[in-house]
Amino acid sequence: METAVDPFVFRIVIFVLAIFVGYYVVWSVTPALHTPLMAVTNAISSVVVVGALLAAGPPGLDAAKMLGFVALTLAAVNIFGGFTVTWRMLEMFRKRGQGGGR
Amino acid sequence: MTPDLAALAYLAAAVCFILALKGLASPAQARRGNAIGIVGMALAVAVTVADPAIVSYGWIAAGLLLGGAIGTAIALRIRMTAMPQLVAAFHSLVGMAAVLVATAALYHPQAFGIAGGAGGASLGIVTRIEMILGMAVGAITFSGSVVAFAKLQGLVSGAPLVFRGQHLLNLAMGLAIVACGAWFVAGQSEAAFWLVAALAFAIGVTLIVPIGGADMPVVVSMLNSYSGWAAAGIGFTLENELLIITGALVGSSGAILSYIMCKGMNRSFFDVILGGFGGTSGGGAAETVQRSVKRGSAEDAAFVMANARKVIVVPGYGMAVALAQHALREMVDRLKARGVEVAYAIHPVAGRMPGHMNVLLAEANVPYDEVFELDEINSAFATADVAFVIGANDVCNPLAQTDPASPIAGMPVLEVWKAAATLVVKRSLSPGYAGIDNPLFYRDDTMMMFADARKMVEEIARSLE
Repeated sequence: METAVDPFVFRIVIFVLAIFVGYYVVWSVTPALHTPLMAVTNAISSVVVVGALLAAGPPGLDAAKMLGFVALTLAAVNIFGGFTVTWRMLEMFRKRGQGGGR
Repeated sequence: MTPDLAALAYLAAAVCFILALKGLASPAQARRGNAIGIVGMALAVAVTVADPAIVSYGWIAAGLLLGGAIGTAIALRIRMTAMPQLVAAFHSLVGMAAVLVATAALYHPQAFGIAGGAGGASLGIVTRIEMILGMAVGAITFSGSVVAFAKLQGLVSGAPLVFRGQHLLNLAMGLAIVACGAWFVAGQSEAAFWLVAALAFAIGVTLIVPIGGADMPVVVSMLNSYSGWAAAGIGFTLENELLIITGALVGSSGAILSYIMCKGMNRSFFDVILGGFGGTSGGGAAETVQRSVKRGSAEDAAFVMANARKVIVVPGYGMAVALAQHALREMVDRLKARGVEVAYAIHPVAGRMPGHMNVLLAEANVPYDEVFELDEINSAFATADVAFVIGANDVCNPLAQTDPASPIAGMPVLEVWKAAATLVVKRSLSPGYAGIDNPLFYRDDTMMMFADARKMVEEIARSLE
């Protein structure tokens, strides 16, 4: 064990721990909000936008950049759409006597 | 920005995402959670754009504006009944974005800092494995979500499409994907990459077509999970911890929702995936013994409920199809004004996706503290005077408990028959998704009201004036 641990192994560690975090956090979500949960997980999974930005960002114009641009646009639809629709749904959930919005 | 600082900022974004999910533990904190999620996403984008290698700000702004405008416009207009197909459509975009990013990384690995040799385009073996996995899962997510969208939107029939040799075909394609994937990993062959992509797109279609409309809640949840795993795969490829963490969160979330949906129908996950269930109304419906039902009018229903102390409303998807949720809430308001205690009982698969019915009721301004899940309320039917079933069928079928041979045997059901009286609003005696008769309708203490759900509740509300 004289050499350092491969960064790939670190990423596996992070991945597995994140699955456990997700597992416990999602079980604590109230079933009434499972549809907003799906909408918001959809929005945050669009974090692949980071990869799209790296592909679309460099100077010049090549195939990889065009792919990145399209991926960026698709992910943006999802990010804005996902958070907006989640916000719309959560606005509807009101307690008794809290007024009904519209 | 140094790489260390960027990594810490990504960590902060990941924490924001976890808090966004955590906020959904209660409706009171959920809005703040959503706002924190938006902050996390903004942080992730800002940190990436701050990378000195990123200079094409024009392109980036154009993509964000274009996509953002489209996404916001859709999200503001979409009807709550159409939420399942919207989510399916959004999943397909994540899948496609993952495929595109993987392809860009294959052709221009330098942009991602993952090229092996100096300036060369050769990738490490591990990177190739991660890349092909992320791309394949993304492709399956894309085409599977497109099929799910088409089924939910009614563009194609919701009936399961089953043909001979289906499972064999899927198995063969699955093995071919593994073989071509191995070929890609061995030599970074572009041909192998595209073969895997084509096969993965195809298998996404053939995996979802045999699954019937009734099982769509499971499919949508499953694709939610896949979109997460695709993001995680891309995260491994690009050596980005934020993508890995977020992908894992979304992946486990979708998996849990699939599990909850399967449990709500008492079906195993594999049973659902193999498909062929629901959509066709043959089978058990063959037993057409004409039994008599007790029919009632809106006035009868109004009379029964106005004299009740406690009424439990059981809404099903038929209510949403008839757009009756607002009329229903008005009817309930009038009952409450007369001093009747009213609660709503929601079955896990009452809607077309997890939690769908709760959103539909919330849209009709039903306070969420009057809405209860199956486990919370099932014992309360015994003390209720009236169970008011509207547009629901299989979720309150006693056969699930009494007939071990029934296709829905063992499925958790709302025990509406334990209430002193049961009122059922339904268009006809036709069987539900499972294609089986419901003995509830023939009980002595059940009154059937054959009508359009919305017209019926409006009439009842008028009688309660």
